[in-house]
Amino acid sequence: MTATLGARPAPGRGRARARHRLAVLGFMAPAIIGFVLFFLYPLIATVVFSFTKYDLINAPEFTGLDNYTFMFKDPLLIKAITNTLWFVVVLTIARTVFALGVASVIARLKTGVGLIRTLCYLPSLAPPVAATLVFFMVMRPNGGPLDTFLGWFGVDAPLFFSDPAWAKPGITAIMLWISGDLMIIILAAILDVPQEQYEAAELDGAGPVRRWWHVTLPTISPVLLFGIVNSVILALQLFTQAVVAGSAGSGAADATGSTKYLGFPDNSTLTFPVYLYTQGFRYFDMGYAAAMATVLFVISFAVTIVLVQRMRKNSTAEEGGPGA
Amino acid sequence: MTATLTKPPVDVPAEPEQPRRKRSTGSFLNWVATHAIGLALGLMFATPVVFVFLTAVMSDNQAFTADLWPREWHWENFVEVFDKAPLFQYLVNSLTYSLLATLGMLISSIPAAYALAKLKWRGRNVAFILVIGAMMLPPQVVAVPLYDTWSSLGLTGSLVPLIAPYFLFDAFSIFLLRQFMLTIPQSYVDAARVDGCSEFQALVRIIVPMAKPGIAATALFCFLFTWNDYFGPLLYTGEVKDQWTLSLALATFKGMHIVQWNSSMAVTFLTMIPAVVLFVFAQKSFVKGITFTGVKG
Repeated sequence: MTATLGARPAPGRGRARARHRLAVLGFMAPAIIGFVLFFLYPLIATVVFSFTKYDLINAPEFTGLDNYTFMFKDPLLIKAITNTLWFVVVLTIARTVFALGVASVIARLKTGVGLIRTLCYLPSLAPPVAATLVFFMVMRPNGGPLDTFLGWFGVDAPLFFSDPAWAKPGITAIMLWISGDLMIIILAAILDVPQEQYEAAELDGAGPVRRWWHVTLPTISPVLLFGIVNSVILALQLFTQAVVAGSAGSGAADATGSTKYLGFPDNSTLTFPVYLYTQGFRYFDMGYAAAMATVLFVISFAVTIVLVQRMRKNSTAEEGGPGA
Repeated sequence: MTATLTKPPVDVPAEPEQPRRKRSTGSFLNWVATHAIGLALGLMFATPVVFVFLTAVMSDNQAFTADLWPREWHWENFVEVFDKAPLFQYLVNSLTYSLLATLGMLISSIPAAYALAKLKWRGRNVAFILVIGAMMLPPQVVAVPLYDTWSSLGLTGSLVPLIAPYFLFDAFSIFLLRQFMLTIPQSYVDAARVDGCSEFQALVRIIVPMAKPGIAATALFCFLFTWNDYFGPLLYTGEVKDQWTLSLALATFKGMHIVQWNSSMAVTFLTMIPAVVLFVFAQKSFVKGITFTGVKG
């Protein structure tokens, strides 16, 4: 009896399996086609284009490694890489620490949680263009609200979006204002920390600060890692805020026709994606843009692997974990 | 720790429960301090928008000054900006992009997420990793060949290159929907199969009704992402003014009306309204969805 089960699948079962396979294929078909058309093909094509000179009108012309060797001689590219690295370091640290801080405060509130959580989260839903203009107005010199406020203490507000030294900090401020999504994620993780762990720590005589340091932080560390990876990706992609801050700061009348505002002031907001866009879609040097895109791909790929590894670790732990 | 990660995130409780403690002056002062900081944080996040609103209703001359409070309330500023730029056209474009993309996403992503969450097949894990990879990929990486293709099809300068991909593949939505569907017990799916349901019937009759909150959250995120999108519209419709979305137009509006703080702030304020309205009506979905992207991410 048991032998027949193992020997050969009954005919009905074979049909069921075929039906199952067909169902999987049917459900996945649009996604597979879409992945090939909008990711796989363009990824390969990007690498191919990166070895050519292509202006969208004349056929691509093979130029070998020219685009890549040119990178080392392009001062603007070096500027763009420096700017993006600045954001990767400063924005990642600032955003993770800020979101953790705000979430920790909200987690300790006993009344008004809903209201304050909503106020902190809502800005993250605003269009990035709008969020940038909001800060551009609030932080404007000569009579902006922040300038007025600092004036009460006898301090002059910096020229946020027209001083090369302050443009990146200004953009970072915008990014912190819209970091509510990360706050909510961290807040949920903090509220999920088992209460017994706090009680045990309290019995050991740990005060609130030590409980936060020794219980909360280690427990939510996987979520903090997610926050760091997520912030790095965000910093690598930083485009909208940089373009809008540059165009508003320079007072460029036509945001789509001119290039003079890109990177304003003094290329301090020229991030890697902004420069890629400029080369590819303003100067139509598609080959050079594709070479930059290849570099960006390699870097984001490395960052993504960190995240996938972490998820792998979690899912294996899940399967073996007693609580799963 | 792992248990925390596998648990479906609970609605964030309104009040974290704390063991009852004796009331002492110390804990009272602690309560006051924490709540003062909390209130200050809330105000800090809200004030920029308050200033935007107050500036939007000022007169042309006053918006130029350092005044923080409007002397007269010019509500008509919100109406007059529609004469200064074809905002209504941009609004229609934005809605076309967001609504069609969301519709396409629902058609293409729900079945894919179901196959990734509830069906067993070879290559499923690899497929899921590819979805994550696509989700993390900066849009600028694939922009050159995609623009090249759309341009040779003569479709640049329209909303088609923005909308069409959603009818096939949207990595973030597939990811989020899969995470939601994982929390539906497998026994429901198995029971449906025992009852003779096909996979398609199981999806439509069992999974979709049970995953409604997740589907709602995913649709909201998709709508807002496209509504807020700037890079896509700039790339494909930047040269064709009557195809601009609100986000794209807003960036230009500031340039054209640089001196008129009240008008540009009125438009800025208007573009933020949909997000607030959606949030007010679907707060739970938002919080749940956001929690899912991180905790289970």
